[in-house]
Amino acid sequence: MAEAKESPLKKVCIICAKGTIEDVYATLVMANGAVMEGIECKVFFTFFGLDGITKKQMGKIKTATVGNPAMRAPGGLPFPTILGMLPGVEAGVSAMMKSQMYKLDIPPVDEFLEMITAGGGEIYACKLAMDMFKLEKEDLHEEVKDVLTIGDFYGKCGGENTQIIFT
Amino acid sequence: MATKTYAGQTVEVNDEGYMVDASQWNKEIAAEIAKEEGIDLTDQHYEVLEFLRNASEKGETLTIRRVGKSGIVDIKGLYKLFPGGPLKHSSRIAGIAKPASCV
Repeated sequence: MAEAKESPLKKVCIICAKGTIEDVYATLVMANGAVMEGIECKVFFTFFGLDGITKKQMGKIKTATVGNPAMRAPGGLPFPTILGMLPGVEAGVSAMMKSQMYKLDIPPVDEFLEMITAGGGEIYACKLAMDMFKLEKEDLHEEVKDVLTIGDFYGKCGGENTQIIFT
Repeated sequence: MATKTYAGQTVEVNDEGYMVDASQWNKEIAAEIAKEEGIDLTDQHYEVLEFLRNASEKGETLTIRRVGKSGIVDIKGLYKLFPGGPLKHSSRIAGIAKPASCV
C-alpha cells in the first residue's frame, strides 16, 4: 500500500485494434476499471477494433472459433478447429460468451461505452482506419468524442505517470 | 487489526481504511469517513449508502452498473456524488468491504 502510494498511475491510454469479443471487452473493462479508480482514461479504436464503436457492428462482435487454441468446450474438453468452421458455431459460442459476461453484470458494448464516458473517460476513433473502412462519424456510437489521427491521439497521452496500453 | 475513532466510537478498520464489522456503522461514522474522502454527505448520498449496505448484506456483488440501475442515481450522478472512485469511496463510507468487482 505504502509503495503503491508513492507514484500512482494517473492516466491510461488504451488502443484497441481488433474486433473480437475478447479484444473489445478487454479494452472496455480496462478503460472502465481506470475511471472507476479515478484514473484518467482515453481509448483509441483502430482497424478492426472500430467494430466495437460502430453502431451497426457493436452488438454483433464475436469470438473466433477457428485458430483459437485456448477456446475449449464446456467442461474443458478440447474444441477441434474443424468444428469451429461449421456454420452457426461462431455465433453460438459468441452468444454463450456474452451470456456468461452478462451474468457477471458486464454490460453490452454500447452501455459499457456510456459507463466509461459517464466516469469521464474519452473514446476516440482512428481517422486512417475510418477512411480505410469508408466509415463516417455518423456511423459511430454517440459516445465517440472525435475522429483523430494517431498523432493527435499521442498528443492527448502526455503527462507524468501515463501508460499506453495496446490490446 | 487497526482501530479508528469516528464520531466518538472506536471501530475496527483494515489497512486500507475499510470497516471490518459493518454492524458497527452508523450515519455519524459515515459522515466522518466521508469527510476524510472530502465529501459532505447529502440525503442522496445516504440513499446510495443504504442501497449498498442492503445489497452487501444479501451477499450480492456490487458494481457501479447495479447502483446505476437502483433508481437512486445514474452512473454519471454516482461519479458526481463520490468523485475519483465511486464504488470504492461509497463502499468505504457505507462501512462495507472493499468491492471485489471489476465493473
